[in-house]
Amino acid sequence: MKIAVCIKRVPDTEMRFSIAADGKSLDQAGLKYDMSDFDGYAVEVALRLNEKQGPGEVVVVAVGPDGVQETLRKAISMGAERGVQLKADAVPFDGMAIAAALAAELKDGGYDLILFGRQSTDSANGSVGPMTAQMLGLPCVSAISELEITGGRGVAHRELEGVAEVVEFPLPAVLTIDEGIARPRLPSLKGIMAAKKKTLDVRPAQLGEARLTVEKLELPAERAAGRIVGEGADAVPELVRLLQTEAKVL
Amino acid sequence: MADMFAFAEVRGGALRSVAAEAVTAARQAADATGGGTVTALLIGAPGIAASAEKLGAHGADVVVVVEHAALERYSPEVHAATAAAQIRAAAPRAAFFAASAEGRDLAPRVAAALGVSLASDVTSFTIDGDAVVVRHPVFTGKAIATLRLAGTPALVSLRPGAVEPAEAARTARVESAAPAADPGAARVVVRELVDRGGATLDLGEAKTIVAGGRGLRAAENFALVEALAEAFGDAAVGATRAVTDDGWRPATDQIGQTGRVVSPQLYVAVGISGAIQHLAGMRTARTIVAINRDKDAPIFKLADYGIVGDLFEIVPRLTEEVRKAKGKA
Repeated sequence: MKIAVCIKRVPDTEMRFSIAADGKSLDQAGLKYDMSDFDGYAVEVALRLNEKQGPGEVVVVAVGPDGVQETLRKAISMGAERGVQLKADAVPFDGMAIAAALAAELKDGGYDLILFGRQSTDSANGSVGPMTAQMLGLPCVSAISELEITGGRGVAHRELEGVAEVVEFPLPAVLTIDEGIARPRLPSLKGIMAAKKKTLDVRPAQLGEARLTVEKLELPAERAAGRIVGEGADAVPELVRLLQTEAKVL
Repeated sequence: MADMFAFAEVRGGALRSVAAEAVTAARQAADATGGGTVTALLIGAPGIAASAEKLGAHGADVVVVVEHAALERYSPEVHAATAAAQIRAAAPRAAFFAASAEGRDLAPRVAAALGVSLASDVTSFTIDGDAVVVRHPVFTGKAIATLRLAGTPALVSLRPGAVEPAEAARTARVESAAPAADPGAARVVVRELVDRGGATLDLGEAKTIVAGGRGLRAAENFALVEALAEAFGDAAVGATRAVTDDGWRPATDQIGQTGRVVSPQLYVAVGISGAIQHLAGMRTARTIVAINRDKDAPIFKLADYGIVGDLFEIVPRLTEEVRKAKGKA
């Protein structure tokens, strides 16, 4: 199958970070970047589908400045055949603006599947996959935790609150991938060497209009210093009193 | 004066609590502009119209009811086409969805169908002239973005629990409408719903969550957590990733960066040390209680109230005291 995987390069916020002087972006000093978590699962799903179902092509696509080439190379060293950078000075916050660029790139690509991570770990909108599908007029199943493809049709599971939906769809389709479906492999040394010879095309991103913009970025207010009510079971009556009279949640 | 729109989410033939939250948000937004008409959209199998009255109680002036035998379950394409058509017809300033599993799938489709933008998973919002200004947690909850959403209609999905459902009683006018796409021709079809076990009350909707971590030492000790949840009465049980990875609880119970993100009124963390990945899923809870053996555990930095000690002694005592407080013992 010909599969596109749309991936995003995001700041690694497992590490300490601070807000830049403009008050609406991250201070770049010491900031490291990597592929967004869920996108790694999407790349893995694509690779496994083609390993199981015979020859095909996995193409990874990312919007952004030249730094995204590193992220594309990582996906290629995992096993993707080639990469496409849709070059833009910055990735807009508005999912519609990103989806427009991806839809323009993917529309005549003849893809059987277009995969996304469920949401990015930076802007956390989870909107670009379904928006791209809608723009392309393709069936879409979002946040899937299980997937089977046979004879041009797919069955996926989506986790809802306390239940799972079993969803059927025809190919070609757009899917967004939840965690847990297939643990992403690490790039092998052979993969890293091979990746250097594989194609990485660069084209200007045809971004849509960004109507959702960041005004301010701040660290969450520190919660008022917590209080240790006491030690052991003897502290329970005081806790219950506080929950009733102070927090008023009981 | 500006008109507003709300999508009322349904499951199993009944409104979900996030439906009341979306209608409440739409009412508040309309009132903030000096009052306007709130239109709610209710899609379901025949009989769902009976739920329209409840949407009126939360402030809907008009409830558009779309009943169809094939719409007992969520049908992504039909729901999206119908919501887009009804939003186009109502021409509101803003349309509110839940950032639930269904709403996160639906709202972006509707945005793209209408060619407008969407602010997702919003914890608060204000109407500011022609724009909607929202707050939205980013970087796995480690920062909060204030976003300006321009364009009309502005689409907003609300984090479950972020808006407290309020009464704004009126008798809603009920209008029936047909689905905007043929349910029989839908390409994406939800064949069935599979019960995942675990929480009987949904984590996203529970007012109280009692969550357990590795400190419970074994799967069977979750009985203590369940008993405490039952004593609260309106509580759901959650777990850390370590616990769900070990199979002590189903994966759907996981609270954290890679699981559910919750904002209950009360969060009781039992035997949870407070790994960053877990805190990302519950730091917006209104009141946090922590019970842990280690007084230096990170969870105590976040907790409003902490008890240091042996959870196997503390939790049963707490269960007993909560039962008394609730008049159950």
